[in-house]
Amino acid sequence: MTRKIRVLVAKPGLDGHDRGAKVVAAALRDAGMEVIYTGLHQTPEMIVDAALQEDVDVVGLSVHSGAHLTLFRQVKKLLDEKGLGHVLLTGGGIIPAADQRTLAAEGVGRLFGPGAKTTDLAAYIEDEVTRRRASAG
Amino acid sequence: MSAGTGEAERHAAAEALAHRVVAGERAAIARALTEMERLSALAPPLVAALEPRLGGALVAGLTGPPGAGKSTLVNALIASVRAAGRRVGVLAVDPSSPVSGGAILGDRIRMTAAHADDGVFVRSLASRGHLGGLSPAAVRMIDVLDAAGFDLILVETVGTGQSEIDVAEIADVRVVLAAPGLGDGIQAMKSGILEIADFWVVNKADDPRAEETRRDLYGALSLVSDDPGLDRRILLASAKLGQGVSELLAEVDAHTRAQDAAGERDVFRRERLRRRIERTARAILDAGLDPDSPLAKMLVDEVQAGRLGLGDAAKTLIRAVARDSGEAER
Repeated sequence: MTRKIRVLVAKPGLDGHDRGAKVVAAALRDAGMEVIYTGLHQTPEMIVDAALQEDVDVVGLSVHSGAHLTLFRQVKKLLDEKGLGHVLLTGGGIIPAADQRTLAAEGVGRLFGPGAKTTDLAAYIEDEVTRRRASAG
Repeated sequence: MSAGTGEAERHAAAEALAHRVVAGERAAIARALTEMERLSALAPPLVAALEPRLGGALVAGLTGPPGAGKSTLVNALIASVRAAGRRVGVLAVDPSSPVSGGAILGDRIRMTAAHADDGVFVRSLASRGHLGGLSPAAVRMIDVLDAAGFDLILVETVGTGQSEIDVAEIADVRVVLAAPGLGDGIQAMKSGILEIADFWVVNKADDPRAEETRRDLYGALSLVSDDPGLDRRILLASAKLGQGVSELLAEVDAHTRAQDAAGERDVFRRERLRRRIERTARAILDAGLDPDSPLAKMLVDEVQAGRLGLGDAAKTLIRAVARDSGEAER
């Protein structure tokens, strides 16, 4: 049996609505992934502690508040500190392309803006996780 | 690299991981849970390495229909247990989609009591095709949490009553949750899981229909139960308001102590182990049967020609599978 991909989907910070995150969670489920949905108002510490317990392959952050640089950096830092550097950090929301490039240079994965297709996100996750698993041996 | 060297390395790795699990290291617990869920090559030696550390935890199964508030109750139980200074592990099982094989595991959302507390460990898992949510993988994962030193392990499932693994097989205490206003909720549970519970909890006690739901439940259960203490085992609670939760824990503790005193707990544990051995035997047999094997074809020839009886053919097959099988259970 192909090894399932486990994805943690979270909305960090003060964002108040989660419809986008729920749509993403459902799309990834339809792509055969197991999605741990942790809901709203998650701190970076809560997100990474959950990622640790759930031994996920991917952490997906949904950020529409404008605080994406801070939040992605905090989560990346904690993931690395907790020995979870192999976990793919991705996500989406209102994130300008320039900021996406900045974060990519810091080890964050590809990010998806408002118009992105969920199938593209699912395909990206599959390709990237497969690649990482192969190189981990 | 020879197979022997690989096996020695796996055993060493399993021992090292087991050591860290027993020490309570969260990253090790998470990794061990994954190895068990995937039934990796590391799983069988890991099972063996953890074996001496099993038996310290109280395992409570919590089942009930969607909407009854299982996760909210689990969260309230976590808070109550932690206030008493005990460590708690949680396995939250949600169904996998039969279409895509994926799943949304959303029970964590309610578990606010688990945040920033090393005395709590919550793991979500998908049923992966096992009806009712209990799979051999889930059973092994409970063992990991047991060996890691958690005092209480809560296993939360939807519980359709059709699981090939009886919740009685893994739990010391079985709690079934009901809630008012779920329409035919109690009717839907009449597939077998309703009667096997040690305790029933009618959640959402703040709802005006809760008392009526409790009466309906008592009515249904008293038809199939001859226990004079039945009424005491049906509790009212409001997980949201934190009411009735410490009472539930007190009842669970008293129930377990009574079982211990009567020597029953050991009897139940032995019975559970016996059933697990049996289930493993069946899994090994299932996994080892190959309709295209030369042996299978030969046996068909022999039986068809009247040279071998059906029973003897079956026994030949069983012996061959046992001889050829590896260590892993399915």
